[in-house]
Amino acid sequence: MAKNSGKKDTQPDDLPHNLSRRNLLKGAGIVGAAAVGSTAASQVIAQDSPQSYQTSSPAALEALEALTAEEAETLEAICDCLIPSDENGPGAKEARAVHYIDRSLASNNKDSRHNYMVSLAAINDYAQKTRGAPFYQLIRDHQNSILSGVQMSKVPGCAPSGSGFFNMLRNHTIDGTFSDPYYGGNQNFVGWDMIRYPGIRLTASETEVAQGAELEPNHQSAYDNETYTKMARNIRMSNRGGSGNA
Amino acid sequence: MPKKLPKTDVVIVGMGAAGGVAALPLSNAGIKVTGIEAGGWLSPRDFAPDELRNGARNWPQSVQKAAGEAPTVRATSNDVAVQGGHPMMNAVGGTTMHYWAQSWRLNPWDFRVVSDTRERYGSHRVPADSTVEDWPFGYEELEPYYDKVEYAVGISGQAGNVQGAINPAGNIFEGERLRDYPMRPLRSSPFTDLMSDAAHRLNWNPFQGPAAITSELYDGRPPCQYHGFCNKGGCHVRSKSSTAFTTIPKAIDSGNLDVVTFARVVNIVTDNDGKVTGVDYIKGNETFFQPADVVLVASYAYENVRLLQLSKSRAFPNGLSNNAGQVGKHYLSHHQGSPVLALYPKDLHNWYGLPAQGVAIDNWADDNFDHGDLDFIGGANLWVHTDRKPMSAAKMSTFGESRNWGSEWKAFIMENADRGNTSYIQKTTLPYEGNYLDLDPSVKDPLGFPVTRITARYRENEKRIAAFASDKMEQWYLEAGATKVIKTGPGNAMGATTHAYGGTRMGNNSETNVVNQWGFSHEAPNLGILGASVMGTSGARNPTLTAQALAWRSAEYLANNWRSMVG
Repeated sequence: MAKNSGKKDTQPDDLPHNLSRRNLLKGAGIVGAAAVGSTAASQVIAQDSPQSYQTSSPAALEALEALTAEEAETLEAICDCLIPSDENGPGAKEARAVHYIDRSLASNNKDSRHNYMVSLAAINDYAQKTRGAPFYQLIRDHQNSILSGVQMSKVPGCAPSGSGFFNMLRNHTIDGTFSDPYYGGNQNFVGWDMIRYPGIRLTASETEVAQGAELEPNHQSAYDNETYTKMARNIRMSNRGGSGNA
Repeated sequence: MPKKLPKTDVVIVGMGAAGGVAALPLSNAGIKVTGIEAGGWLSPRDFAPDELRNGARNWPQSVQKAAGEAPTVRATSNDVAVQGGHPMMNAVGGTTMHYWAQSWRLNPWDFRVVSDTRERYGSHRVPADSTVEDWPFGYEELEPYYDKVEYAVGISGQAGNVQGAINPAGNIFEGERLRDYPMRPLRSSPFTDLMSDAAHRLNWNPFQGPAAITSELYDGRPPCQYHGFCNKGGCHVRSKSSTAFTTIPKAIDSGNLDVVTFARVVNIVTDNDGKVTGVDYIKGNETFFQPADVVLVASYAYENVRLLQLSKSRAFPNGLSNNAGQVGKHYLSHHQGSPVLALYPKDLHNWYGLPAQGVAIDNWADDNFDHGDLDFIGGANLWVHTDRKPMSAAKMSTFGESRNWGSEWKAFIMENADRGNTSYIQKTTLPYEGNYLDLDPSVKDPLGFPVTRITARYRENEKRIAAFASDKMEQWYLEAGATKVIKTGPGNAMGATTHAYGGTRMGNNSETNVVNQWGFSHEAPNLGILGASVMGTSGARNPTLTAQALAWRSAEYLANNWRSMVG
């Protein structure tokens, strides 16, 4: 186990411990060009008060962009089966994979929205029929056995098929757990810590590579680097491909 | 009617790997060049280290001209062709913006497959249904142009044969070189050292492969930072030697290259004598006619072929330069699938690596070993590299040790995310009767033009190489301490790929080839074709450097013979 394993024992309801600068900014409601990289940012980071954590509470601020409330609840239970919170630390739930999936279904993955609607309904129907309650109310053993059935295409009504939906959902859950936190998942870098990925570095020295998983995780999003954000100012790129930034 | 523009000397269609190189010797010779590019300029700001956007969501290719004209694919003429994706990028610099940047020279055997096979094993060893020919020249002819491109673009690597002096740190099987690479190879890593040591124990000859990536300060560009988002990401510090950062800016500085961006060529215009007079292109909502003395087609293999097939005229009723019916023939796409996967009992330290930082084995490539008792010709280059990212690591094979979800799986990836490796094995791939490109009869691009249809499948020679190479790869992994190895089978799909060859093959025989030994059309002499579409064999390694060396050679030939060719 990596030395950062202690950080994985955070309970789901605890306040997040490892907010990135970006999340702090977002929580404080000053997301935007003016703040990024400016003195305002350091002021917010310095202001390490309970209030700023409070306002960053995601559930209070974020819409469901694509899913219905019941779909989100079903999906939350499924993702928790796929990458569980368990004795080895946080999983898809703490990473907020469902938040990632919801946002992606309103944007990049919108072509999959229909299959989610059909399949989540089919899974709940099956749970109701075989176990007498919707999927998200079942005990974990029953949830796992239904999911195995989905994976083996034994639960009727999934689209494009049981295994097809399962594979897509598994991929999306992994995406939401291990992608850059910018996209709404991998909250507090729990996914990257889980597999001991030490984080995005714009340069990696031979010494750092040699350290492997012993390298201290830096908990940086790609978009903590001003260069890559929409509103990066004072970065003048020549038409020849950016000699100003080298 | 298209709006007629002032005449230029040369139009290059596509400012990518090949066109971006050809522009430099032409403009340095004082020839006025207009480069027409379907994409725009990108900058290091565009290359965020973002696995989801770049890889899973395919950002580099998502809003491209190429995406709207992806080829359809079928195995044989009896099958229904289905549209897939297009692997290439539209931008100044083209796919060199985000490619792996492995920059190989072909080995001498690749130029003489037919005659060398006949001489060593007998003619019957060339598969009967293959249309392979020797190149019109040998490796020695292309060597000076490989050299020019390696220095102009900036390639790092370890030479194995400088003027006959063999250096076992490099590829001992490579053709003789005039001089070393301009830069030392990319640095090794704990994993590449592990694999090199194992190969030495097997008495193989491991070496670090050549890359269009700076390993030290070169031509004002900083060395590679090894941050690991090279594949599909482009370089945040311009260490990747894309033509957009090397030859194209230099050509612009000469004052003789004008790059027109977001413009797509839809027709090459010819007069009644069969002479090319210029190109029609669409930019915004307008169509322009750009007259030129010479047109060089330098888009990707599929697009080169398609543009010729679409450019019908009185002189060329079946498509430009296609009166012999050879446009689209001798197509092949590299057999680069069928990877072998390995699981190790310890971390490999690959989180900060890149596809071009790796170790190669050439002992089982080309004719570097005796094929007397084997049932194929050619072989494979074995390549292991250091690129690893969190999402793809989490999607790794479980090697039968766990189902692929739940607590047991989570424990598996927590332990093994940095312990898996996937090899990259490129195989000799031959052209065959029945493998070809034509225009799809029903699928059209957004402008209403038919897309390319690929009809192709691998044959026994490729599948036998794949099986043979998989065994060698397994042996190498096990020697290096892997505890589990999976061989994924011989592979059969031959869809749209980054390594597409042929379709406008180069050769002296105008009945079987579209362009002559200089890359100019047998039928329309002021039409040149650049890129891997002129290559008749694949070799067992990435095509870009060879396409670039050929492009430089064609451009230099044009500059040196301007009066006689243009008149």
